[in-house]
Amino acid sequence: MTRTLKPGPAMHAEGAPPGVAPPAIAVEDIVKRYGDFEAVKKVNFQVADGEIFGLLGPNGAGKSTLIRMMTTLIPVTSGRALVGGHDVSKEANAVRRMIGVIPQALTSDQDLTVEENLSIYAKLYSVPRAEREKNINEVLEAVDLAKWRGAQTKTLSGGMRRRLEIARGLVHDPRIFFLDEPTTGLDPVSRIAVWEMLNNLKKTRSLTMLLTTHYMEEADRLCDRIAIVDHGTLVALGTPVELKQSVPGSNVVEVQFAREWDEWPARLGQLTGVTDVQSQSAGVYRVLTSNGSQTTTQLVEMATSLGEQLTSLSVQNTSLDDVFVHYTGRQLRDEQIKPVNFIMPPRPGAQP
Amino acid sequence: MNRMFAIIEREMRKFFRSPVLMIMSMMLPLVQLIILGNAFGGKVRGARVAVVDYDHGPQSVKIREEFDSVAVNIATFTTLNYNDERQAREDVRTGKIDAAVIIPAQYSRHVYTKDAPRLGLVVDNSDQFMSSSIEGEMQSLVDALNQPVVPDRVVKNIALQIVELYPYVEYMKYLLSGSIALAMYISVMIGGGMLYIDDKARGVHEGYLVTPITKLELVMGLNIAGAIKAVLSGICLTVIGSLMAGLGVIFHPAALFDLFLLILGTSIAFNGMMFLMMVRVDDPLVPRAMFGVLNTLLFFPSGAIYPIAAFPKWLRAIAIVDPFTYAIHGFKAILLKDGGLVSIERDLLFLFAFGIGTLLIATPLFKRTL
Repeated sequence: MTRTLKPGPAMHAEGAPPGVAPPAIAVEDIVKRYGDFEAVKKVNFQVADGEIFGLLGPNGAGKSTLIRMMTTLIPVTSGRALVGGHDVSKEANAVRRMIGVIPQALTSDQDLTVEENLSIYAKLYSVPRAEREKNINEVLEAVDLAKWRGAQTKTLSGGMRRRLEIARGLVHDPRIFFLDEPTTGLDPVSRIAVWEMLNNLKKTRSLTMLLTTHYMEEADRLCDRIAIVDHGTLVALGTPVELKQSVPGSNVVEVQFAREWDEWPARLGQLTGVTDVQSQSAGVYRVLTSNGSQTTTQLVEMATSLGEQLTSLSVQNTSLDDVFVHYTGRQLRDEQIKPVNFIMPPRPGAQP
Repeated sequence: MNRMFAIIEREMRKFFRSPVLMIMSMMLPLVQLIILGNAFGGKVRGARVAVVDYDHGPQSVKIREEFDSVAVNIATFTTLNYNDERQAREDVRTGKIDAAVIIPAQYSRHVYTKDAPRLGLVVDNSDQFMSSSIEGEMQSLVDALNQPVVPDRVVKNIALQIVELYPYVEYMKYLLSGSIALAMYISVMIGGGMLYIDDKARGVHEGYLVTPITKLELVMGLNIAGAIKAVLSGICLTVIGSLMAGLGVIFHPAALFDLFLLILGTSIAFNGMMFLMMVRVDDPLVPRAMFGVLNTLLFFPSGAIYPIAAFPKWLRAIAIVDPFTYAIHGFKAILLKDGGLVSIERDLLFLFAFGIGTLLIATPLFKRTL
């Protein structure tokens, strides 16, 4: 069951209340079925114009399936998705004209130059010749690749190639931008650079963005609202602050005992304000509590009375990691994918 | 249309930036042309033939003189003297020598008395080509020995007068047509089949599918680009191969035009066939695994290296639907016979119809979604 923390007005593209802008994306009871397996189960959400919306979820949760349905890559089994007011099933080409898509893999042609890659895509979107050059210059400036326009793509680093992919998705000046795990595989510096770039693009181009990510920090820093998807259903939806507040316990106490003991979870659970105890490795516990300072004091007193030593102790606010674990659980997900005998190895430099 | 040209532009830029494809597509046919062209079609030289002479009479001396004459002139074989027939047979069996001639005792006497003189020839018939060559040479020697010393007053020998329409065609020239078709097939297989599936597996096509390009534009873009690559390979091999084989037909403008039409028809036929086979394939291993099988299945029954008339019925059935057959027939008609457009009309008709037909079947099968 979806937990909508702050439900918005029920807005449809064709039926938005007067004075209220229609949503850029509206997903209504959307279902994707592969044979007997239901990958997406009656998901509903809306993305407002100009919003950055994040889809979070473990592997195999259905994030990529959702984004692929919204970008017309796979057919919708039932329900509907409106993108920019157009139904993805009935007006696929109209949807394609107004969206930019950054797939998970780096798919720019390595044998072509940066400019050639952009030019080919501008032509695929039928950008008029007069605008093509201007658009290419603008997006290259926006992603800080202007001085590399003549470089062959295979000579670029992973971060630069990801920026090229972003430029490629923007070359036809789309209204809505879909990014499927845009920073996966990037080093921390490149990742932060991409975040800053996406924030700038949102401001300068009035873009609506929908992104999927594994990184909680990325979702926290970029997204206005986040939807958590698990087992094909939407389990939570709200702003990052709302989601954090929705988890019982406003603080997290992380403690490591010198000695591993089976009794620790039970003992920790008895402390005042504790709502959850998560066992980490080697005697490390994450204790969710509504009162961080009181729990910390009691924890130290308990350890002293038992004659046990603490190796480390820290108190922090609830993070999106805790939200994620709260809603999706800690169970490892074994993802089944379409069986193929051979997976094409990436060409050198294909992965960041 | 602009979107179709964008696909073609992308494919051609990649092609010219990475000339490995063109080199690889021409390497095998060129090597084949050089090696097979020189290896096949020649005559046997220097075979070792044992002579076991139990006669030692004047007629056996005459035979040995004939052998010596062959050895120093046409050099089909040289002779080795053996004393033991069994040893000679054993050496033929073990491959030490290629054949053995047995001149039996009393041979000269039988010749003089006209009492059915016989010579024995032991050959290794596991090597049909070698044994046939030696048998042929021996038969002509025996025929010469059978000629009467005093000719008959009425000549009864009937001779067949053969009129050869074309100058002597060396095997390399014969093979060139197959090599051109093979180069185009490899170009289509690598440039159209393998790269297409590799791009699919790498997600490049996913990038196309989110753009407003139509299915027809995408299919046509990919196929026209593939056909252009195959045409370039075909032209290169026609020019290089003709120069190597010593065929001057490429300097005649009318023949060049006919050759271009054939190359174009062949590339469209090969591309259509390849696209139909690959349109639903996702696994990059498949085109690699199919490469050798298809090569054997299409190239060898086409008459490229052996005449179709010698095939069994089931193999002829393959040849009838094989685009290689028509491509090779057409190339031979122009390169070897300078037959003009009229000689390749049927081939062109088949090739263009085959290419368009396979594309018409493949297009609805092409998935616009993942």
